[in-house]
Amino acid sequence: MSPKTLYDKIWDAHVVHEDADGTSLLYIDRHLVHEVTSPQAFEGLRMAGRQVRAPGKTIAVPDHNVPTTPGRENPDQMPEDSRIQVAALDKNAQDFGIHYYPVSDVRQGIVHIVGPEQGWTLPGMTVVCGDSHTATHGAFGALAHGIGTSEVEHVLATQTLIQKKSKNMKVEITGKLRPGVTAKDITLSVIGETGTAGGTGYVIEYCGEAIRDLSMEGRMTVCNMAIEGGARAGLIAPDEKTFEYVEGRPHAPKGAQWEAAMEWWKTLYSDDDAHWDKVVTIRGEDIAPVVTWGTSPEDVLPITAEVPDPASFAGGKVSAAQRALDYMGLKPGQKLSDIEIDTVFIGSCTNGRIEDLRAAAAVVKGKKIKEGMRAMVVPGSGLVRAQAEEEGLADIFKEAGFEWRMAGCSMCLAMNPDQLSEGERCASTSNRNFEGRQGYKGRTHLMSPAMAAAAAVTGRLTDVRELM
Amino acid sequence: MEKFEKITGIAAPLPLVNIDTDMIIPKQFLKTIKRSGLGVNLFDEMRYDRQGNEIPDFVLNQPAYREAEILVAGENFGCGSSREHAPWALKDFGIKCVIAPSFADIFYSNCFKNGILPIVLPQEAVDVLMKDAEKGSNARMVVDLEAQTVTSSDGEVFSFDVDSFKKHCLLNGLDDIGLTMEKAGAIDTFEAQAAQARPWV
Repeated sequence: MSPKTLYDKIWDAHVVHEDADGTSLLYIDRHLVHEVTSPQAFEGLRMAGRQVRAPGKTIAVPDHNVPTTPGRENPDQMPEDSRIQVAALDKNAQDFGIHYYPVSDVRQGIVHIVGPEQGWTLPGMTVVCGDSHTATHGAFGALAHGIGTSEVEHVLATQTLIQKKSKNMKVEITGKLRPGVTAKDITLSVIGETGTAGGTGYVIEYCGEAIRDLSMEGRMTVCNMAIEGGARAGLIAPDEKTFEYVEGRPHAPKGAQWEAAMEWWKTLYSDDDAHWDKVVTIRGEDIAPVVTWGTSPEDVLPITAEVPDPASFAGGKVSAAQRALDYMGLKPGQKLSDIEIDTVFIGSCTNGRIEDLRAAAAVVKGKKIKEGMRAMVVPGSGLVRAQAEEEGLADIFKEAGFEWRMAGCSMCLAMNPDQLSEGERCASTSNRNFEGRQGYKGRTHLMSPAMAAAAAVTGRLTDVRELM
Repeated sequence: MEKFEKITGIAAPLPLVNIDTDMIIPKQFLKTIKRSGLGVNLFDEMRYDRQGNEIPDFVLNQPAYREAEILVAGENFGCGSSREHAPWALKDFGIKCVIAPSFADIFYSNCFKNGILPIVLPQEAVDVLMKDAEKGSNARMVVDLEAQTVTSSDGEVFSFDVDSFKKHCLLNGLDDIGLTMEKAGAIDTFEAQAAQARPWV
């Protein structure tokens, strides 16, 4: 048998039909659904008189729109249009008989945090969702990617997707990370290296010692941002850490099925002599705590650097960098660590897991956030929130001056009331620093939870190593 | 879906790289439960000020480009979120074709589901077409999917590649779900086999 990558193996196990030109029908094991990209898909099913083919493999949770302030069960907390969208998901979940975690359920949270937490996401699966950050689930060695609403409807109706196979790209992070450097710094640094289109047309497999050393939470952070590098999916081969994380979760296999699953899961790795269409290697030791300075996730620099000169770029990036600096209100040569911020957002499907909250809490413990700062922690799920409360992290945040919120996407995309105002500058653990992403004319700097926590304390972008 | 017909139309130049789907349709317009009506908010934050007044400099507000059917843009067009509201907004405005040196994967595939043709051409070709688009409403560009060509107003012809299946679906206005439903037997068989091989799924 010819050597295969992990992606090849998962792909091959899910092909229902392949045309001569390579157009394939791929079977989908898990379909995750949220309120924003699904109403038109369910409407399409109703119009055509179609059913959901596999309701047992379809899991829905409202996350994008929901308020994260306590007392949100009161519908008056939501604007009319958000309320309609969440109500539509409530109804669609009930009408079509799919698994559902409503806002009132403690298990509710960001769909990409809920899936793994409940054991829906397992190694070797195909996982899709009408959300580009579906790549997160690749941390389990699942082939997971975002789809549009037409494809959501297609999967609901047929449990398959029409796909052509992507190319194989290997991103290897060798060696050990230095103190203060996290999974977020890895994934941002990779995008800084490859650019936001460097992974377009590829599925990325992340590997190397620094990746193996990451916890499952860290691996999810890395895969989550594969899409920001242009790749629809990022993967990490499952190992003992993966199996340990999965075992015992509500929807993970049990008993004999667990044994059978393990037998297959242990074959899920790229063969030594597998073919790679593109390879990127970064030394773990070379990665520093980073922040973004511009309006594209590729605008990444170590916190010790200065704001770059647009003239130092080439092609269309020269005007793009100038536009970014104008938007961000920055000048070339300015030290990144001198940039003052107004708001700190800790949360999102990138960094809203328990390990992220522990890392942030370790930095702020016994300290106060800078006077006048708006700072919030939005746990990725109700269960993360509960665990953080049990571990005393919530108290650390509250004593430091953070708002302690309910679970949801919140200020990552500002579809709920958590938004930046014009010119407001935010240190954010989310995944996109696009113009207007966190609010009209809001300014976003992306970074790790520890770095965001450090910024909350000092009031400026800060090298977390100074506080360690 | 309507069939994709040959376009002879106005092309609007948008010479920016990394135009993301948040720019194409900002999040506040994702709260709709319909597919239609998003055209008025296409490029909302670049197109209107906070009071809702048009920003005259923005290309689609200029008289020459209000009826544009083609967009010419920089590399990595449509990056970011998977929101299909982006092609819905383009379509609702009247854009049927986007020409760029590269597209983000999810946006690219979403276009085909909505009768929009994304065309990838080399940077040099896009540069020529960008200049052509800047001539305004007197310069009509021709997009012929059948022949896989774009012709500038000066008659310069550029050939492009497109996946044969996607081309077939666009030209004939075919609905993917209907096509896949015809393979229901194969899906049944696969599902039965997978239930044996991986019963835990």
